[in-house]
Amino acid sequence: MTDLATLPTTRDEDWRYADAAALEASDANTLTDWTEIAVPAGESRAESRDVTGIERIRVRIGKGGRFELSAVNAAPDYARLECEVTLEDGAHFEFGGVTIGGGSETREFVTRCIHGEPNATSNQVVRAVHWGKAVGNFLGRIEVVRDAQKTDAAQNFRAILLEKGASANTKPELEIFADDVKCAHGAAIGALDQSAGFYMAARGIPLEIARKLQVQAFIADAFENIEDGELGEKLLERALSVLEGAQL
Amino acid sequence: MLKIENLHAEVDGKKILNGLTLEVGAGEVHAIMGPNGAGKSTLAYTLGGRPGYEITEGSVTFDGQDLLDMEPHERAAAGLFLGFQYPVEIPGVSNVQFLREAANAQRKARGEEALTGGEFLKLAKEKAALLRMDMDMLKRPVNVGFSGGEKKRNEMVQMGILDPKFAILDETDSGLDIDALRTVGDGINSIMRDAGKGVLLITHYQRLLDYVKPDKVHILAKGRIVKTGGPELALELEREGYEEVV
Repeated sequence: MTDLATLPTTRDEDWRYADAAALEASDANTLTDWTEIAVPAGESRAESRDVTGIERIRVRIGKGGRFELSAVNAAPDYARLECEVTLEDGAHFEFGGVTIGGGSETREFVTRCIHGEPNATSNQVVRAVHWGKAVGNFLGRIEVVRDAQKTDAAQNFRAILLEKGASANTKPELEIFADDVKCAHGAAIGALDQSAGFYMAARGIPLEIARKLQVQAFIADAFENIEDGELGEKLLERALSVLEGAQL
Repeated sequence: MLKIENLHAEVDGKKILNGLTLEVGAGEVHAIMGPNGAGKSTLAYTLGGRPGYEITEGSVTFDGQDLLDMEPHERAAAGLFLGFQYPVEIPGVSNVQFLREAANAQRKARGEEALTGGEFLKLAKEKAALLRMDMDMLKRPVNVGFSGGEKKRNEMVQMGILDPKFAILDETDSGLDIDALRTVGDGINSIMRDAGKGVLLITHYQRLLDYVKPDKVHILAKGRIVKTGGPELALELEREGYEEVV
């Protein structure tokens, strides 16, 4: 297996927005490693990541089970978290992710959510905040197999670019073979609301604090559904800590 | 207290203020009335320092300081309050957090101690009660889902908490029903009627002036003050309309 491992390139769909130079410098073996997680039927598991490097997680959620993944990708180098989830009958997958940072790094999340049986639900909320020449990506693929009726899958991506030169890419992909399903996806990329910034300034709040408050409100959406509230707070703090040191 | 001299300002290259001169002394309330497009809101935003409002000529001094040389947040810390005609919604940021950040940022800029959580909440409760606003609304995101009247009431609660020296209130009366208008009027009197404070009330209608008695009424047209009088001028306007009076 190891012998056959080849490096992905940006010609591969799942890697199209990746940092090509960083990929070339990577060890092919780490790119093909998967962390395997099985969530037994009716049980609940949660994983959280402060993303560094490249990590791939493959999850199978048993009937009526729940898997929750929360992550902040604020790495100082190219970093990518990839998650492939297969849901059995009535299972739920919750993903909350934030990419945040400046520099010229690429930070990305890639998910593949396979609704393999009926009645499963999934919800993915990703927020990106970037400045400098940084890039934030979210590639989210949802597959609903033919028998997976009553699937309810939602995916939402929003990005705020604090400076010209930063960018965000998103590629929602829906592949639906069942006919009684709900699949919602939304994506938006914009700048901070300047009228809110002025409103805060008019109340005495300096620009940096106003920006932090706005970013905090913006990314908090990603962790709203995380069951462990304290973990959500920690992730939020971790994400905001990068903004504090930013030269904007 | 606030001295505006020969102020000229442009927005998107369009001249809106054309040599406006006005002085409001301590302890005074002045009303500015005028037809649509006269430059009333532009005056408010220019004094608040909104980006995009370019001053091409003139000066504004506030308590002896050059107001135009200050950043918007510095103007607030110096004691200037701008009541918005359309208060901005800020999803995800609670009123309480927003106002505590604001109050403490101002205190820090003035070299004062920050308010503790308890002290701030006590103050917020007191001012919310003054404006008859439910404390629950202070826990909600800033202005999100508030009716027009609730937003205006919230502006006054903010003014109460921040306790400015000078308030510029841009159409604070619009969108208010009769009862809310009285509450807001009483709020302005209670917060701002003080020998050391001043108010510039920008309004379309005379009715707010029944509650907040102005010392002077100015008519703004085409970017400058064209007429100044006492409270009777507002009544005259209400009767005759701008075309007759201007």
